[in-house]
Amino acid sequence: MVSFVINGNAVEVDVDPDTPLLWVLRDHLGLTGTKFGCGVAACGACTVHLDDRPVRSCVMPVSACAGKRVATIEGLRQGDRLHPIQQAWVDAQAPQCGYCQSGMIMAAVALLRANASPSDADIDAAITNVCRCGTYARIRRAVHAAAANMKKARGEE
Amino acid sequence: MTSSAPRNKRRRVLLIGAGLVGGALAIGAYRFYRERDRLSPPRALRATASETVLTGWIKLSTDGTVTVQVPRQEMGQGVVSTLALIVAEEMDADPALVRFEEAPVDPFYANATILGDAVPFRAEDMSTLAQMNRVTQFKLGEMLGIQTTGGSTSVRDAWHPMRQAGAAARAMLLQAAAARFGVTRDALTVANGVIEHKASGKRATFGELAVEAGKVPIPREVELKDPARFVLLGKPQPRLDIPPKVDGSARFGIDTRIPGMYFAAITQCPVFGGSVAALDAAKAKARKGVLDVFDIPATSTSAAAVVVVAEHYWIARAALAEVSIRWNEGPNAGFDTDAQRERYEQLLGQGDARVYDRAGDVAAAQGGNGKRVTADYFVPYLAHATMEPINCTAVVRSAGSCEVWVGHQAPTLVKWFAARTANLDSSRVTVHTPYLGGGFGRRFEVDVVVQAVMIAKRLTDTLVQLIWSREEDMTHDVYRPMAASRLRAALDADGNVVSWQHRIVSQSCTGSLTARLLPMAASDLMKDKTTSEGAFDLAYALPNRVVEHVLMHEPIPVGYWRSVGHSLNAFFVESFVDECAAAAGKDPVAFRTALLRDAPRHRKVLELVAEKAGWNTPPPAGVGRGVAFAESFHSIVAQVAEVEISNGVLRVRRVVCAVDCGFAVNPDIVVAQMESAIVFGLTAALHGEITVKAGRVEQSNFPSYEMVRLASAPRIEVHIVNSGLEHLGGIGEPGTPPIAPAVCNALFKLTGKRIRSLPIRL
Repeated sequence: MVSFVINGNAVEVDVDPDTPLLWVLRDHLGLTGTKFGCGVAACGACTVHLDDRPVRSCVMPVSACAGKRVATIEGLRQGDRLHPIQQAWVDAQAPQCGYCQSGMIMAAVALLRANASPSDADIDAAITNVCRCGTYARIRRAVHAAAANMKKARGEE
Repeated sequence: MTSSAPRNKRRRVLLIGAGLVGGALAIGAYRFYRERDRLSPPRALRATASETVLTGWIKLSTDGTVTVQVPRQEMGQGVVSTLALIVAEEMDADPALVRFEEAPVDPFYANATILGDAVPFRAEDMSTLAQMNRVTQFKLGEMLGIQTTGGSTSVRDAWHPMRQAGAAARAMLLQAAAARFGVTRDALTVANGVIEHKASGKRATFGELAVEAGKVPIPREVELKDPARFVLLGKPQPRLDIPPKVDGSARFGIDTRIPGMYFAAITQCPVFGGSVAALDAAKAKARKGVLDVFDIPATSTSAAAVVVVAEHYWIARAALAEVSIRWNEGPNAGFDTDAQRERYEQLLGQGDARVYDRAGDVAAAQGGNGKRVTADYFVPYLAHATMEPINCTAVVRSAGSCEVWVGHQAPTLVKWFAARTANLDSSRVTVHTPYLGGGFGRRFEVDVVVQAVMIAKRLTDTLVQLIWSREEDMTHDVYRPMAASRLRAALDADGNVVSWQHRIVSQSCTGSLTARLLPMAASDLMKDKTTSEGAFDLAYALPNRVVEHVLMHEPIPVGYWRSVGHSLNAFFVESFVDECAAAAGKDPVAFRTALLRDAPRHRKVLELVAEKAGWNTPPPAGVGRGVAFAESFHSIVAQVAEVEISNGVLRVRRVVCAVDCGFAVNPDIVVAQMESAIVFGLTAALHGEITVKAGRVEQSNFPSYEMVRLASAPRIEVHIVNSGLEHLGGIGEPGTPPIAPAVCNALFKLTGKRIRSLPIRL
């Protein structure tokens, strides 16, 4: 049994503690928004937050999450409204096949939490995920736009 | 009655065989000449109680929702949105009420254009043989009824029938309104899903008229909108599939979840063509949650493998690592791509080849006293590496039916191969095609479908999702072929190309695919266009030319890879054109412009990219600028790349792209597809290489098969030329071919060194 908080709700799962968090999310908790891409932490499709920090869930044993907070793409929406980063993604028409985008968005949310106005170099360093459709330019644009919108919303301008 | 279905299936197989060897003789004349009905709803199309079917493409709900049937698979190229928009435009529907739905698998929705495109003749070749081949292939496409997404054909295939369907639905709604209001049709106006009689102030929404419109016969003759009156098409429109792709709700094949389902992990024989000699599964079977461990044999489409089925994927995967397997490696255990490359390079200068295009007199033209240019090029095997690993969910029910969920580019093939594997008639197979997490040609293959159905057949009434690991994907792909190429040109004293000879050595993707799908029809009789496309069908004025291909057979399966033959031939041709320009002492853009003297449309694209890239102003210090140009899938693309080298690492800083696809149905999607195709081609140019040693693929995951990432992605600017609807071309693939040569030509400017083998090594 491993207990943790998923998107604000406490859960307890009966799995082998070595099971990667990714498969607990997808196969036990029905949260399929987090994707399997490589299984070796090389592509970032499985990026989620563990206590607000981005982690690659395909190599994170669920036992390491005990007592911690896990956040996935499904928990990002604020009620009826998209998170400002999700909205920026829509505005930029960023996704194509869309498979890597959950991981991209989770990486971007973590980046903007740590750095409210990232430079291009900051984005390069923080978002190392693979997108086979090559949506990188739009992702960069969306991150900058989200940063600006979030600042505006906080009245910082 | 019951015997007709298998006979049909057999006939279909015969037809494919006949078609692939280039003959239409086996085809009945009646079916050949009959005009295909692309309006009447097929029986497979189902509607709910509140929906009215208006042609085979549209369901209109009483609440006004217009649900467009989209028979092409969404794999990132925006096709569901584009096709839905085409219908909405002709209907004058309210775009906010337009939805899309995966069309059922039915010949009604078949893509005939993809086969019609596949003939190895130059576009201007109107000889009887060329025309006969085109018609035969297209008709064959109609009759086989294969629903398929590829070859950048979706818009071209759907453009006319889906516009017609929209216009027919609009006419049906108008007639229903006229009857209801007691007025003539021409007194009515339609806009945004509302029909009005301005004189009386009467109005009704599409939803309110749905039931009555459904009773109106489908008109066969409808007037299509003058494109000048388009309100939706030709302007950037938001994609319908994006909202679910930002909140995790979009369902890909791998996200199929049905209560009680099991998961399977797989290890395929590491050597191509091998089999399972023995396995010890005792330990794996003892693991909690494991349902079964067994091996499955190789088929023409899939490799021999060992499978673990368990309650959860991770259990299956962990148990698989505990199975001890002895492989019979078979005849290919010594296969080595280094030796293969040597063989290919030898064949550049000796042996027979098949001519794809010949004009003028190459030998006579070589007699002049101008310059000679010769260069050999090489590209390795490449993997697709779709982001969504290969997977398929299937159940075979004891009642004699089969259901399959798989992200796939050809649902019709899924249906046929699931049926064959389950030993059922294809009418007993239901195929669901969720979103594809990338296709790029990889998801034409039925390997995983056959394996999943083999597993499901063994475990009757059990739903199983088979997931390949990334390692399985990379080591058991159908690769872009390895190819070697030799180009020879003679230039006259003014630097004009007076002689052009090109020999390409490679496997055939179409031949390899045919051997997988229909081994009995595999034949080298018909030339595969894809080996030489982008080499034999150039727009350049080359009066004396020979383009020939040496067909190879290897144990490594090859398949369609985004832009197929164009992706490698553009590297050969455009690198060489650059070498010729340098030999002639001419500017690369001016040299190409002169070669395009008979192709004003092409010239315009090249001139536009040069202008937008600032070609005539020098690049910043330390930056090299290169150009390349390619026509593929009826679209013309030119790119200028700017490169620099810092700390010994090549960096592509900027790519300027001009594209003419005739008419940009949704310009933002055209831009997105150019961006996408450029990054895809750049990954191949900078990193892509699959090698085989001792019969095994050496690369296994992203660390050993690297990708362009955000930090290494260039700034991309896209400029669109709308040359007219009569030039409608594809958009998913044409952005890929020019990028590798543009980068290599830029590198030459910067370093003076030619790159003749990919991936680029400084």
